Amino acid sequence: MAGINLRGVVKAYGKTQVIHGVDCTIADGEFLVIVGPSGCGKSTLLRMIAGLEIITDGEISIGDRVVNDLEPAERDIAMVFQNYALYPHMTVYNNMAYGLKIRGLAKADIDTRVRKAAEILALDDDLLRRTPRQLSGGQRQRVAMGRAIVRQPSAFLFDEPLSNLDAKLRVQMRLEIKKLQQNLGITSVYVTHDQVEAMTLGHRLMVLNGGVVEQIGAPIELYEHPATLFVAGFIGSPAMNLLPARIGDGGDRVELSGGDSLALPPGRFAAHAGQTVTAGLRPEHFEIVTDDQSVARLAVDVVEQLGADTLVHGHFGNDRGSLTVRLNGTQNLQARQVLPMSVRPELIHLFDADSGRRLES
Amino acid sequence: MVENRPWLTVATHVVLVIGVLIVAFPIYVTFVASTHSLFDLVRIPMPVLPGSHMVENYLQAISAGLGEASGTAAVGAGRMMFNSLVMALGIAGGKIAISIIAAFAIVYFRFRFRMVAFWMIFITLMLPVEVRILPTYKVVADLGMLDTYGGLIIPLIASATATFMFRQVFMAVPDELAEAARIDGAGPLRFFWDVLLPLSRTNIAALFVILFIYGWNQYLWPLLITTDPEMVTIVISINRMLSVGDDQAEWQIAMATTMLAMLPPVLVVVFMQRLFVKGLVETEK
Ligand SMILES: Nc1ncnc2c1ncn2[C@@H]1O[C@H](COP(=O)(O)OP(=O)(O)O)[C@@H](O)[C@H]1O
Ligand SMILES: [Mg+2]
Repeated sequence: MAGINLRGVVKAYGKTQVIHGVDCTIADGEFLVIVGPSGCGKSTLLRMIAGLEIITDGEISIGDRVVNDLEPAERDIAMVFQNYALYPHMTVYNNMAYGLKIRGLAKADIDTRVRKAAEILALDDDLLRRTPRQLSGGQRQRVAMGRAIVRQPSAFLFDEPLSNLDAKLRVQMRLEIKKLQQNLGITSVYVTHDQVEAMTLGHRLMVLNGGVVEQIGAPIELYEHPATLFVAGFIGSPAMNLLPARIGDGGDRVELSGGDSLALPPGRFAAHAGQTVTAGLRPEHFEIVTDDQSVARLAVDVVEQLGADTLVHGHFGNDRGSLTVRLNGTQNLQARQVLPMSVRPELIHLFDADSGRRLES
Repeated sequence: MVENRPWLTVATHVVLVIGVLIVAFPIYVTFVASTHSLFDLVRIPMPVLPGSHMVENYLQAISAGLGEASGTAAVGAGRMMFNSLVMALGIAGGKIAISIIAAFAIVYFRFRFRMVAFWMIFITLMLPVEVRILPTYKVVADLGMLDTYGGLIIPLIASATATFMFRQVFMAVPDELAEAARIDGAGPLRFFWDVLLPLSRTNIAALFVILFIYGWNQYLWPLLITTDPEMVTIVISINRMLSVGDDQAEWQIAMATTMLAMLPPVLVVVFMQRLFVKGLVETEK
């Protein structure tokens, strides 16, 4: 059992730097998810923790040991790969036992550990005797987890372990991983590009973009207070609407580029009066209001009925930029209709148009 | 491709049968020739059906060859086949061992001049034994390895083709497998032994078949470096049996020896056929 500490971690391949100084403290037993678009350096960061990539600069410690110069096997970690990386010629049993055999554990100990892991993961005896080729994707995934569990490591590292599964199995395995991590209480770092996976799994999320940490925080914190435009657009589904806007001269309204304006919490943004900003409005925060209190008029382009919700795609006034609104239940709406819409002032996010950073009062 | 038309079936079979006949006819003639006495054999026309001297011809070929009478020492096909076997196994085993290790180094280690080493190996693909045969002979002679198994085997043991093939095999193995092994604590040699070698099993088998036949059929090199009748390989001996100057060559013994010489490669192919085919067609790792 151990926490993981990253201090100013940098990775460069030759002259190209791909990780630009990451700091993060992962508590003992915590489930941290590193999330970001493809190519942002998630895998690289995880592989540096695992010891599969040399750490160009900075320091990584696991527990109270600095591990920069330790081999992967000495770091007391276990890793689950996207393609599972099971040894194709070994039986499931031997796949799980191999690492323990190398460590020189007694046969009886190995057997106990493998059987216990198999039980946790519901792998029966018949399965233990098969080779990976004879397993389904979900079963291979379980075996890969089993191989991690038997090591009884201080930390689990997952690199997009569910990407090769179909959608239904992915949801099921996601839940299993979460339960497993809760029961074993082992510090875990999990890499994914899927923000839903990240939100459901992580105690905390690290949003990575172009090798830079945009924000680290609990899922709800990221949802409610995205620190940057990138996080705002990345977390939440459907994505937050980001509209070019300007804070009114009084500082109490935000004027959208279509000509309409929405009320802001009184006094909060007084200091920013007249500033050009990007307004962030979550699709699910829109409400249809009666016309007299209306603040923004949405011209409906397309309506999607999903049963539980209705997604409305449209635009404000003469602004051509499209936005998405999510309304509860089924709604009787038609294209080309104009809807009076409002967002509660405290749910409006404002970002500096240049730096992309969140404006706080 | 999998059409099922009667005339097509007939046509394909006709083509196949013609092919088999063309390949099999010389072998049949050889077999017929090895079952007659020399007297019957040199009459015109040559017999087309097997004769009655099969047992004695083969016994003589195995035990004594042409015997003292023809000027060569009485070394039977048995001894020569053993020589050929040692050479073929040595060449096949040696080539596989050396090239798989070389490929392992090239694929899994980042050392200085790695690509230089690779391209040098690649370029030697273009230099067959015959081109470098004189310098090689000189080296082997200076090392005192003429008329030894070492001399027969070692100069032929490096193989660019096999190295190249194993390189391709290893490159098809996902990187994550090597990484998983590293996390499991397996060092490079352990990874090689426990993972790469079992994964290359079918490729090794396929290569073994090809190289065994290659080694067995070596002609020029053994011809150059073996002078001691005890060290002659069977392929060379057939040639010697027929170079008898003005005398009548003992065709029936030569043909019996030829039949015997064909046997081991055939057996290797028959017994390793399944692995051989698998090794050539298998792509999934
Ligand atoms: N071996 C390498 N050499 C050079 N660049 C690399 C190498 N591995 C990864 N990169 C680069 O590093 C960046 C991050 O890659 P990666 O960590 O795999 O992204 P992610 O896992 O977030 O999709 C990418 O731009 C990629 O091109
Ligand atoms: Mg990745």
